Amino acid sequence: MTRSRVAVFFLLAALAALTEFLLLPLLGLQTLSLRDVWMHPAGSAGQIYWQLRLPRQSVAFLAGAGLALGGLAFQALFRNPLATPFTLGTASGASLGATFYLWAGWSFQVLGISGTAFFAFGGALLALGSIYLLSRARRGFPTETMLLAGVALSFLFSSLILLLQYLSNQVHSLRILRWLMGGLDVVGFQSFWEALPWVGLGTVILIWRRWDLNLLAAGEDLAAGRGMAVERSKILIMSAVGLMVSAIVAVTGPIGFVGIMIPHVCRLILGPDHRYLTGAVLLLGGVFLPVCDAFARMVLAPAEMPVGIITALLGGPFFLWLLIRQRKQ
Amino acid sequence: MPAEAAFILSAENYSYCIGKQALLNDVTFRLEAGTRCAIIGPNGAGKSTLLKSFCRILPAGRGTLRVNDRSWLEYSQKELAHWISYVPQAGGRDDLFSVREFVLMGRYPHLSAFSGIRQRDWRAVDGALEVTGLAALAHRRLGTLSGGEQQKAMIASALVQGSRVMLLDEPTAFLDPYQQKQIYELLEHLHRETGVTLVEVTHDVNRALLGQDFILAIKQGRLLFAGTPGEFLRQQQLSLLYDKEFLLAPHPLGGKMMVLPEVQA
Repeated sequence: MTRSRVAVFFLLAALAALTEFLLLPLLGLQTLSLRDVWMHPAGSAGQIYWQLRLPRQSVAFLAGAGLALGGLAFQALFRNPLATPFTLGTASGASLGATFYLWAGWSFQVLGISGTAFFAFGGALLALGSIYLLSRARRGFPTETMLLAGVALSFLFSSLILLLQYLSNQVHSLRILRWLMGGLDVVGFQSFWEALPWVGLGTVILIWRRWDLNLLAAGEDLAAGRGMAVERSKILIMSAVGLMVSAIVAVTGPIGFVGIMIPHVCRLILGPDHRYLTGAVLLLGGVFLPVCDAFARMVLAPAEMPVGIITALLGGPFFLWLLIRQRKQ
Repeated sequence: MPAEAAFILSAENYSYCIGKQALLNDVTFRLEAGTRCAIIGPNGAGKSTLLKSFCRILPAGRGTLRVNDRSWLEYSQKELAHWISYVPQAGGRDDLFSVREFVLMGRYPHLSAFSGIRQRDWRAVDGALEVTGLAALAHRRLGTLSGGEQQKAMIASALVQGSRVMLLDEPTAFLDPYQQKQIYELLEHLHRETGVTLVEVTHDVNRALLGQDFILAIKQGRLLFAGTPGEFLRQQQLSLLYDKEFLLAPHPLGGKMMVLPEVQA
């Protein structure tokens, strides 16, 4: 990949991100003016901007970036463009954990981390552990089988979520349902600060391991032969993805397909080198989800659609297209 | 890196099992540095298992493998990669990486996590592309190359690793005679110029008899023979190894014994 192409991509993506942060929160049921927002931060326009829309924009950016990076890492790990934390059951594991917490009706925080996040992480670990053990049980497990196992795991977790919901009282059941729909309607920056350290930590680990992602994409035997401690690296990468995804899912609920679409588009533009892809999917994923969210906010205004519906509406056909394309190749 | 010991690779009573099935059974041998060694034997005999065990692609079995006179478990995976590089079969890869990007991955044991790629890494890559004759294809996608070219890219990527031993898993499988010759000449060139120890799994018995200094013959996980091609023939191991008779005749050039193809009457 030519350096100039990479540079242009990053420049444009960074500009897009900047523009988005400035302008997107101005749009909505009530269109705000940038001048009002800056001159009168305590006025009603300022309040809407600083307390509602900017936090929402930030959470959406963080979630989009993290989900896209998680997808990229899984696609390298499983050597399959359809592998993501969602297709492999990590996200539904996290959802199950969070649902369990809501079902139990607990409400606690440990060191500033919400109980939802704790349980989401536990659920994600459960899912990742199962997938990892499955892949170890027989080395060279075909990736298609892994994907199917992930789908089966997803179904299992989904039905357990339904079961929990069925067993809950009305109040808890509503809370679970609303959470499961996925949404970015946060107030203030608290959720953003809650998720940021974990997404940040996961990101640092994955960028640190960008060479491993390249080698894993080229094949595990080759990777080991080139001096990579494969099992250790896989566990590290899976844990990093687990951390990121569960922190995001705990705040936003499950939002699918970002992790498939963004890495694929970035690979089409930049090629397969994870030295560039890691940064690229962060930016593009970060730009993409807020746009979907703005759409979800405005299309049925004054009602708001959960953003997961938009990403699924885009992502479902995209997934099918990828599947057909892959078969053709 | 410490100096090369007299025996660069050795196995002491090494066994590797999956479940109750022994893929390698009590294998013992020593290989001198700078040797060109062929590993031969029927399909499923454990040849590739031996290669993969040395590079720790497979988990450790029973017994000891030694690399430069040290147990192979005492090395970190990266340290081991400084000594041994592995060249898997190339055929049918669909990688999206360019040849140059792919070869660069061979520098993995020399890279540190947070520093970028240095000039000397690129020099090694471009040097390897030159030697393997891939310089003109450097920016092509690996997946679009022919089998022979992909194999050369595999060798180039092992070459930039800068190790003292190269383990090759059937490097000429599925290649036409012209491409086979190119790969053999490349390996010969590398051996002559750098003195690298070459260990090659092959089904081509004549390749082992005529082109190599040392033969490891494996059958059903057991080491049947370890020694020179001359001894191998003197002890009449060939028919034992493959459970069939072979027709042998001296090569018209040089007079070394070789296997003749069978002719149907």
